[in-house]
Amino acid sequence: MARRDLRAPLIPERDRDKTPILECIDLGIDFGGLTAVEDFNMTLGRTEIAGLIGPNGAGKTTVFNLLTRVYKPTRGKILLEGRDIAHMNTIQVNKAGIARTFQNIRLFSDLTVLENVLIGLHNEMNYNLLSAVLRLPHYWKDEKIARNRALELLSLFGMENMAEQKAGSLPYGAQRRLEIVRALATNPSLLLLDEPAAGMNPSETAELMENIRKVRDTFQIAILLIEHDMNLVMGICEGIVVLNYGKIIAKGTPEEVRNDPVVIEAYLGKKGEVPC
Amino acid sequence: MKDNYKRIPMPVRYAINFVLLLAFLLIVNELINNKTISLSYYYVILSIGVNIILAVSLNLATGYLGQLPLGHAGFMAVGAYASAILIKNIGVTWYTVPLGMIFGGLVAAIFGIIIGIPALRLKGDYLAIITLGFGEIIRVVLLNIDSVLGFKLTYGAASLKNIPKTTNFLNTYIVVIITCFVIHTMMKSRHGRAILSIRENEIAAEACGIKTTYYKTLGFVVSAFFAGVAGSLYAGYLGLLNPSSFGFMKSIEILVMVVLGGMGSMVGSVISATVLTALPEALRAFQNYRIVAYSLLLIIVMIFKPSGLMGRYDFSLSRILEKLLNLKSSAGKKSDERGS
Repeated sequence: MARRDLRAPLIPERDRDKTPILECIDLGIDFGGLTAVEDFNMTLGRTEIAGLIGPNGAGKTTVFNLLTRVYKPTRGKILLEGRDIAHMNTIQVNKAGIARTFQNIRLFSDLTVLENVLIGLHNEMNYNLLSAVLRLPHYWKDEKIARNRALELLSLFGMENMAEQKAGSLPYGAQRRLEIVRALATNPSLLLLDEPAAGMNPSETAELMENIRKVRDTFQIAILLIEHDMNLVMGICEGIVVLNYGKIIAKGTPEEVRNDPVVIEAYLGKKGEVPC
Repeated sequence: MKDNYKRIPMPVRYAINFVLLLAFLLIVNELINNKTISLSYYYVILSIGVNIILAVSLNLATGYLGQLPLGHAGFMAVGAYASAILIKNIGVTWYTVPLGMIFGGLVAAIFGIIIGIPALRLKGDYLAIITLGFGEIIRVVLLNIDSVLGFKLTYGAASLKNIPKTTNFLNTYIVVIITCFVIHTMMKSRHGRAILSIRENEIAAEACGIKTTYYKTLGFVVSAFFAGVAGSLYAGYLGLLNPSSFGFMKSIEILVMVVLGGMGSMVGSVISATVLTALPEALRAFQNYRIVAYSLLLIIVMIFKPSGLMGRYDFSLSRILEKLLNLKSSAGKKSDERGS
C-alpha cells in the first residue's frame, strides 16, 4: 500500500475550500540538547476531528503545549486560521480560539461546577470592576447571560443538575466532562483534548465519543485529541497523526494508520503479531 | 423540586441586611453614648474594627488569591503615616477624615503595585520572604527618617504625635462595612472568580484566558489599599504613630487572625479578628496567663480544625432565611398531605 506523504495536508472534503483552522509548519522544540518534537507538519480542517497518537513519551502533550504556547517553539510556525501565533502567550492563544483540557485533570476543585464554567466564560463578560463592586445593571445583565450559557453548556453533557456541587467531589468521568465544558465555555474554534477517555470504562468512553461528535456538530469546531484508547480514536477521528520520538511517522485515515507497518512497529516492535 | 425552592429577591435581601446593620449601629452607638459601654471597652471596639479591616483585606491575598504575603503591617504603616501627615497639615473638617482614609489607602495601594509586580512572580515561601523584607524596610525607613525633602514629617523613632483623633465608632463601623461589602461583591463577580481560579490552579486559569498576572496584582493591590485604610483609622484612633508598632509581629498577628478564622472565609476573618482582639482584654485579670491562653486557643484550633474555624464557609443570612422558609413550606406540605 502506498504511504501518504508525511508533509501533505489531510483535510476532510467538506472543509477543503476554507482556510484550515490550524497549520503547523516544520514545528520543532529543543529542551537543551534534546529534540522533543521535530518537523511537525499538520493541517486541520474547520470541522475536523483528528487524533494525535503515539507511544508514551512520543511528544504528544509537548505538541499541545506548543500549540497553546506553554512552550515557545524553537523552529517552525503555527498558523491559526492563517494567523501566526508566535508572538502570543497562553492567554492570547486562548482568546484567539484554542482551548484545551489537561491529561492530569486541572479543575478548580474547591469551586462549584457552575463556577468552573463561569471562569471559562470570563472573557465573554465584559463588565468592569466598578460595576462589579457597585453591582450596576451591567453586572446583573452579563452575569445572568453567562449563568444561562453555563447551564446550557452543562446540560449538553447532562451535568446541569450537578451545577452546585464542588468540582473536586465529582466522579472521575464527570470531572473529565467538566474540563471539556469549561474549555468550550471559552468559545474556541479549536479544541484540544488531552486523553479525554483516560480512566473511563467502556460505556463511559462510548458516551464520550458521542459527546465529542455532538460538540463538533453543535459548535462547528475542529477537535484535536490525544488518546491511547484505540476504539475511540479509530471510532471518531477522520484523520490521524502518529508520533514517535518527536517525529511524525505516519498520517492518514484510521484505516490507513491501522494497517501501516511503521505504526505497528512503533507500538509493538518488529515482527510482532498484529492483534487488531 | 429545585423549581419549588423559594428564593428571596435581591432588593429584599439588601433591605434585610441594611436594616440589620443599621439596627446594630444604632444600638451600639446608643450604648456608647449613655456610657453603658465604658471608655476602655470603647477603645477595644475601635481596635476590633481596625483589625477586622486588616484581617478581611489580608484574607483577600491569602485566602482568595492563595499567596502568602507577610508585609501587611507595612502597608498599614504606609497608609497610617500618609493619612496622618495629610490630616495634620490640612486640619480637621468634615471632608478630611474620608479624604485621609482614601489618601492613606491609595498610597498603600501604590506601594502594593510597586512591591506586587516583582514579588508576585515568586511563589509560596519566596513571596513570603520578599514581602517580609518589604515590611521591615518600611519600618526601618520610618524609624530612621524624620524629615522628607527638608519638611519635618515622620519624626522617626520619636513618634509622630498630635494626630487629630478623628476615629470614632461611626466611621470605623462604616469603613468596616464598606470593606466587607467591596471585597464580597468583588469576589462574587468575574474578577473575583478569576482571583479564585489562580488559587485553585494557575495553569488552568491561564488556559481559560485569564490574565493571571493582572489579577494577582489586582488582588494584592486591593488588599494593600484596605490595609492602608485600616492604618489611617489606626492613626486617628491612637493619635500617635511609632514605627515599632508596625513590625513583623503585627503582620504575623493579622495572619494568625486570617488562618484561625479560616483562609478564604470572610466571616471567619471577622469572627477571629473580634475574638483575638477581645480575648487579651477579657483575660486581663489573669495577667501573664492570658498569653498562655491565647497560644493555647491557637494550638487547639489548629489541631482540631486545621482549615480554621470557618474553613472556606461564607455566611449568608439570606441563604439561611431561604432554607428556613423552604423548611417551613415543605413541612407545611407534609402535614397537608397527612391531613388529606
